[in-house]
Amino acid sequence: MTAPRKGRITKISGNMVTVSFDSPVMQNEVAYILHSSERLKSEIIRVRGNLAEMQVYEATGGLKIGEEVEFTGELLSVELGPGMLGQIFDGLQNPLPEIARQCGFFLKRGVYITALSETQVWDFTPLVKPGDRVRAGDKIGFVVEKIFKHYCMVPFSLRGNFEVVSIENAGKFTIREAVAQIKDSNKKIYPVYLSQNWPVKIPIQAYAERFKPGEPLVTKMRLIDSLFPVARGGTYCIPGPFGAGKTVLQQLTSRHAEVDVVVIAACGERAGEVVETLKIFPTILDPRTNRPLSDRTVIICNTSSMPVAARESSVYTAVTIAEYYRQMGLHVLLLADSTSRWAQAMREMSGRLEEIPGEEAFPAYLESRIASFYERAGVVRLYDGSIGSVTIGGAVSPAGGNFEEPVTQATLKVVGAFHGLSRSRSDARRYPAIDPLISWSKYQSFIDEKQKERGHGILRKGFDVAQMMKVVGEEGTSLSDYVDYLKAEFFDFVYLQQNAFDAVDEATPKERQIYVFDFIYRILESEFNFSDKDMALHYFQQLRQLFKGWNSAPWRSEEFEKTEKEIRVFLLERSKKG
Amino acid sequence: MQKLYTNINQIVGDVITVEAENVGNTELAQVITKRGTSLAQVIRLDGKKVFLQVFTGSRGISTGDKVRFLGHPMRITTGTMLLGRIFNGSGMPLDNGPELSENLVDIGGPPVNPVKRIIPNKMIRTGIPMIDIFNSLVESQKLPIFSIAGEPYNELLARIATQAEIDIIILGGMGLKYDDYLFFRDTLEEHGALSHSIVFMHTAADPVVECLLVPDISLAVAENFALEGKRVLVLLTDMSNFCDALKEIAITMQQVPSNRGYPGDLYSQLAARYEKAVDFDTAGSITILAVTTMPGDDVTHPIPDNTGYITEGQFYLKNGVIEPFGSLSRLKQQVNSKTRDDHRTIMDTMIQLFADYRETLEKQAMGFQMSAWDMKLLTYGKLFEDKMMSLKVNIPLEKALDLGWEILHDCFSPEETGIKKSMTDKYWPEKYENKIYSR
Repeated sequence: MTAPRKGRITKISGNMVTVSFDSPVMQNEVAYILHSSERLKSEIIRVRGNLAEMQVYEATGGLKIGEEVEFTGELLSVELGPGMLGQIFDGLQNPLPEIARQCGFFLKRGVYITALSETQVWDFTPLVKPGDRVRAGDKIGFVVEKIFKHYCMVPFSLRGNFEVVSIENAGKFTIREAVAQIKDSNKKIYPVYLSQNWPVKIPIQAYAERFKPGEPLVTKMRLIDSLFPVARGGTYCIPGPFGAGKTVLQQLTSRHAEVDVVVIAACGERAGEVVETLKIFPTILDPRTNRPLSDRTVIICNTSSMPVAARESSVYTAVTIAEYYRQMGLHVLLLADSTSRWAQAMREMSGRLEEIPGEEAFPAYLESRIASFYERAGVVRLYDGSIGSVTIGGAVSPAGGNFEEPVTQATLKVVGAFHGLSRSRSDARRYPAIDPLISWSKYQSFIDEKQKERGHGILRKGFDVAQMMKVVGEEGTSLSDYVDYLKAEFFDFVYLQQNAFDAVDEATPKERQIYVFDFIYRILESEFNFSDKDMALHYFQQLRQLFKGWNSAPWRSEEFEKTEKEIRVFLLERSKKG
Repeated sequence: MQKLYTNINQIVGDVITVEAENVGNTELAQVITKRGTSLAQVIRLDGKKVFLQVFTGSRGISTGDKVRFLGHPMRITTGTMLLGRIFNGSGMPLDNGPELSENLVDIGGPPVNPVKRIIPNKMIRTGIPMIDIFNSLVESQKLPIFSIAGEPYNELLARIATQAEIDIIILGGMGLKYDDYLFFRDTLEEHGALSHSIVFMHTAADPVVECLLVPDISLAVAENFALEGKRVLVLLTDMSNFCDALKEIAITMQQVPSNRGYPGDLYSQLAARYEKAVDFDTAGSITILAVTTMPGDDVTHPIPDNTGYITEGQFYLKNGVIEPFGSLSRLKQQVNSKTRDDHRTIMDTMIQLFADYRETLEKQAMGFQMSAWDMKLLTYGKLFEDKMMSLKVNIPLEKALDLGWEILHDCFSPEETGIKKSMTDKYWPEKYENKIYSR
């Protein structure tokens, strides 16, 4: 080992520190500032001449000109291995509960703790034998983590083909004990551990093939699944003004989405919201596995008051962990709340670097950074034929609720679905407040295409009629237009809106959505006998009431069947045919 | 040890540059001029150049004046001896009491570890029905009062301060008019609240840098009390002045502005303060109520916009009342199920009917004919505005709920309210029956 390469601080501005050096340094290399007994983590983000500019992942109070900096020669990395499920990390993958145990109420500067427990033992089962040929990403054994087989894989960073030299028998191991030895064609031996490191800003690519996302990811939100679906391995974004319910929507998705693992990146948002997830998830059972939701969740938490530079890294940490679980053939959903805060972190650093600002002072590379982040989503076939996926859903908090701003626009270019929240919908207490008139999705819904189109059509028509009525009044509207308006309102109230406080209504499974949508489709297609508008209004109000009861009846329960019959009878009364 | 530096080579705005060595970032310094000594804080270091933000402003500083570095960041005295005292933005006494220099803590300390927070669950009663019933204030909540200049936001703040059931009140004033300062002082004194209050007051005439310190000082003191198990209410008025001070310094430091001249880190700066609101898992709590005046009543202006993304709701003060529709307490669900079983019913029903009333008002304005139902709504709306919304009303929650039932019964039959029968059976006021049956 050579002595660590060192530099000295020459300039401090906010969380950016400039360092002079005389040996080679690497872009994005991690360095530590040595400040008396503290070691503050930082990352090189620009090199000019013999000066390196670094973003510091901590507060910079007290740092002095001339203090020493130690370069590590490594990129910012996370440790990937068993023990991440149910854990809560900060943006640099420090486990927050452990920090609380050591430091108490506050996040002390310069305290870094290994992400995974070094003492916990795992029951290892081998899957290969000496002499087997393996390559990066191949599974050589597994341990059981919560509900999953957590595979131990050949390090993703190795290139070429390897031969297994030795492998441990089934037994108990910590992440610091090698479970296998493999050798390359030059007979060089590499140990394999239960965990491995990976630089967060580089995508993991140890897979055979990447597909086009096709299969829908069921979120159990009717408005999303039926009209604006998300595909496994796809991307979507939720922009919305404050108070429109972005975070509630993300929380509901994280509870109900049909995926194996959920990674939540709380990026620059309120600490209180994370606390809710933190305290409530261990108490809610996942209906699919009957285990607490926390068992399938990893939380990366860099709340708004934590250092800004770590906020930038937190989304990368999250997506790297998501990719890691994908490598085991699992379906992973990454929810990032909010990507705007991440973009703002980039803007702050760009400002300190005195770069030429783009629109609203965001850096010129904003769009490419956002694009390459969302590009890390995808559905892939691994070498052993199994399929895994990472789906990314990003909340966006546009300034002033205006979707024309740069972050929303840059995001819209790269995502596959857009769930735009509107203030007017949330003010009218119509939840989820996704505006069906502005949202879109490029993915295939499990609802019949023709029926879906009819749904979109009636909503547009209803909106047009409502606009017209504002001008000419109810009496100036024709009865048929008025009925279309009522149908649109009916569709909105009984299908698109969902009551998050109703145990049944808050999550609608796929079969039920298909069934009910088909039912409603026929109502939308029917013609009714109404003598006047009051009668029509009254009729649809009653129908709405009946449907509300239907929505909160458990799928295929006695109550469900009974209400359905009632609705059918009620419909026959007024409809012109069948 | 404490060397004096004399080579001030740049004075721009309230920021001076001096050449010095071995100076720590954010460290405090004294600038000694003919007119007196002022504190200053290091805000940037570049080689030998030290950029200092001078608390009392740069007016009158000469290039030959002396600078002494103190070797520690900004600190503030904490503890019970502060109670009843009034200080300025640098922590100097404004009353006639002594200067304090014990129990010092650094201001702007590290963030709280999220795992040491608990889910807020205690309601703070204020005696204002629009808050208690409709948007309950919850311990550890951070809530701004959005309003336009000219609204009685300081009166509202003072009322909440004097009536809230809380251990300690800390008032941070930023850019206040001198009469507002006197108003706060006198109100707290009149209500006997001054003895458990601490005031940090920056008036419009004071140097702008001190304005920046007020939230940090107030919150550092609050945090100290909270760690000792006290329930602290921090009132900040007006945060818009704080943001404007940030803007001023950012422009002086030649930072690239992002939106309407405000620095790109406005969100982080505000969040660093608001996120100090906390309910510790084994200690006390900090609740923050802040006034944000909206330029031109525009909620999309960068200050209210960024604030709204950080805080847990907002009270929207308009035309002298807390507007039920723009206002929101995101935490009310955590507490309003355990006050009285009719709380949520009254909240939902009255607001819904009030929304209908507003629609009827529109119809009336457009000249449509009023139906019998419309007339009922008009009566209801008027009663609601007079008896509930008016800021003059001052009654405890239970009384306010009873009053809600009374208003409903004066205007509607139980069925018309759409309230569940089991609820109306229990709470519908007696005298209704009397009116009908016992003539």
